[in-house]
Amino acid sequence: MEDTGIGLWGVPLAIFAGAIRVSTPFIFVSLGETITERSGRINLGLEGTLVFGAMTAYAVAVMTGSPTLGVLAAMATGAMFGTIHGWICKWPKVNDIAIGIAMMQFGLGLAFFLGKSFIQPVAPKLPSIPLGSWSAVPQVQAALNINVLFFIGAALALFLWWAFKNTRVGLILRVVGDSTDAARAMGISPDRVRLLATAAGGSLAAIGGAYLSLYYPGSWNEGISSGQGLMAVALVIFARWNPIGCFLAALLFGGAGALGPALQSVGVTQGYYLFYAAPYVLTLIILIATSSPTRALAGAPGALSLTK
Amino acid sequence: MNNIVRDTPLPQAGKAVGIETLGMTMRFGSFTALDNVSIRVPAGSFHALLGENGAGKSTLVKCIMGFYHATSGSLSVDGREVSVASPKDAATYGLGMVYQHFTLVPSLTGAENLVISRTAVPSVINWAKERKDLAAFMERMPFQIPLERPVSELAAGEKQKLEIVKQLYLGRSFLVLDEPTSVLTPAEADEMLGIVRGMTERGELTVLMISHKFHEVTKFADAVSILRRGKLVGTGKVGELSTAEMAAMMIGDVKLAELDSRLPVAEEAKSVLKVEQVKAPDRSGLKTIEIDSLTVRSGEIVGIAGISGNGQKELTEILAGQRPTDRGTVTVNGESYGATRPETRRNNVRFIPEEPLQNACAPKMTVSENLAFRTFDLKSDGKDAIWLNKGEMKKRASSLISDFKVKTASSSSPIAALSGGNVQRAVLARELTGDVDLLIVSNPCFGLDFSAVAEIRARIMRARNSGTAVLLLSEDLDELLEMSDRIMVISEGRLVYETPIRAADIGVIGAHMAGHH
Repeated sequence: MEDTGIGLWGVPLAIFAGAIRVSTPFIFVSLGETITERSGRINLGLEGTLVFGAMTAYAVAVMTGSPTLGVLAAMATGAMFGTIHGWICKWPKVNDIAIGIAMMQFGLGLAFFLGKSFIQPVAPKLPSIPLGSWSAVPQVQAALNINVLFFIGAALALFLWWAFKNTRVGLILRVVGDSTDAARAMGISPDRVRLLATAAGGSLAAIGGAYLSLYYPGSWNEGISSGQGLMAVALVIFARWNPIGCFLAALLFGGAGALGPALQSVGVTQGYYLFYAAPYVLTLIILIATSSPTRALAGAPGALSLTK
Repeated sequence: MNNIVRDTPLPQAGKAVGIETLGMTMRFGSFTALDNVSIRVPAGSFHALLGENGAGKSTLVKCIMGFYHATSGSLSVDGREVSVASPKDAATYGLGMVYQHFTLVPSLTGAENLVISRTAVPSVINWAKERKDLAAFMERMPFQIPLERPVSELAAGEKQKLEIVKQLYLGRSFLVLDEPTSVLTPAEADEMLGIVRGMTERGELTVLMISHKFHEVTKFADAVSILRRGKLVGTGKVGELSTAEMAAMMIGDVKLAELDSRLPVAEEAKSVLKVEQVKAPDRSGLKTIEIDSLTVRSGEIVGIAGISGNGQKELTEILAGQRPTDRGTVTVNGESYGATRPETRRNNVRFIPEEPLQNACAPKMTVSENLAFRTFDLKSDGKDAIWLNKGEMKKRASSLISDFKVKTASSSSPIAALSGGNVQRAVLARELTGDVDLLIVSNPCFGLDFSAVAEIRARIMRARNSGTAVLLLSEDLDELLEMSDRIMVISEGRLVYETPIRAADIGVIGAHMAGHH
């Protein structure tokens, strides 16, 4: 232990590594939810989609031996969950939040039911890129061993930020999300756009799930998610529906989540469980600090049932 | 949509087209909304369409624009009969419409709004090229509008201009303007209509404008058509019809309620409402509302003029106890006032917010229950009641309904089933019954027809004459000039100007509303 010990430097390093490792599912789920919410609909069911995606990815990876196929299969099931949500919500007097909660329970139950037989087998892991080979310190090497999905997520955040401004699809999405009437006046069908946006959001959320089961923690069991799918919804509001904001917020959450394990690893034996709650405390603090009873929510899509 | 076979050549963009309706009739079931209406709007003219609510103006323009399919009658564009089955069809003939309520997407910039409204948008937008094209297009436009800012940040006048620019950008050369100045200051309205008028004179545009305001019609329009109960009751050149003749044609032989003559405000009249040094955040949280001093005395009407969104809503919310203040005092009858129910009751404060159906009624509860909101929890001796006295509520409701001429099927119909004017009458009945020391009213006549407007103004004036202090917030300057004893102007959350009514100058007031002070 002597030659590899880096003492208290381990804490910031662990937070950095954790930020990257833990944040990836948050990035995908919150980017997916951003697409859905920018179209004027909320999908609270992403927690169910995430867990079902985790199960599908793991099962397909076990059966085919290819983690990439696992991720693609997860995306397909995620899109299906989103489509169901979007299809139900197009009917009048249907509330998207209630449907989201129902879909969440449905996704969780179905995943546990179908995934029972995959708890034992071991699936191949998703590849990662060793960027730390220049360093002799194993902790640094481990921290810089970064999964490809993280880079894809970062690129996706940039791409979405660009696409919301510079593509036809992006503008149409924002029109539908801001004003259903204006969209109709332009001959756009809001229900169709929202259906597609919810499907896209679902497939991204499922990638987040695939990351959980195929990389970190890298196994399939019923406790695989610690509420990432739900926290990501709060993250989107905190990030004010901005994809780059989502990426940064996800990093912040990941870092906060790594605080507990990092302190434990340097020998803090008391109260570190309190630090495990850091991401949730952070959510509460941020949401309280950025909310106000006398102000309207800035940047919120106008057609969202939250803001109506 | 390119494969539709057309029997008429499409008009050139940028050159005005004329239209004509022949015997246009629209029936909804047994109700005839539009009865054999023929109007002619030649290319390059500025035509005004006048009429009360429900006279058929919007039915007529919706038939022209293809939203409705007329039961019978026909439409010609540039002398050729055309069939317009949808707004898309209307667009291909160059017909466009600017709605009373904005249809721009608030969070998008002006440029984004323009580009996305085109029929063909490339999947990746080349903003450098689009900006250049837009700049070249704006060169030809007489309007100056910042296109790089989100529409939600534009002033109402700029939004209205952008709506018109959008129609021109899409190549429309016949425009229906539906009450285009309802949210503008007099100066903004004059500027906008003047520019549009100039375009019609140059033969670039034909305009059919729906309006309630006679001075706009006489100043800008060439010709006018007047509808009443679905029928065309008059048409002619603007110079040949007097305002009185037009008004008579619009309302028919209905007798309007007259304002009581105004009693002078007594020198020693006590001040009822006093607002001092109040400061509160506005809805966006970025700006503040700061009212240094506002006093309303017994027996006077103080009018607050201003463009919507300059703090009127926040001011009424402060007075109604809905918005916490950072500092300052609100006093009523000399004691501090926080708008709690006991305080309201003790000081006889009554409140008529804008859009009363949403803001002062429970829409699904009955008319009689809504009328009892001020009194249902009191016994006749003024003590707190535990049980509702349904019989008494109903009796009281019936007498108020007949007193205030509320048209309702019965006192037990839901109040949401009433028309706008009748909801306003019902709320007025509730708020003006009993002793009233202070009445706060916001846009009481918005969207109502002549007879309802006259009736409501007469009621408020009568309350004033019997000693009520009235604070009247309105976006309609004509209303303020007719009703108020003093006018104050609110701009960016501050009261920036005050004038007694005899010295009021509409130009000066308008300039302060627009922020020149």
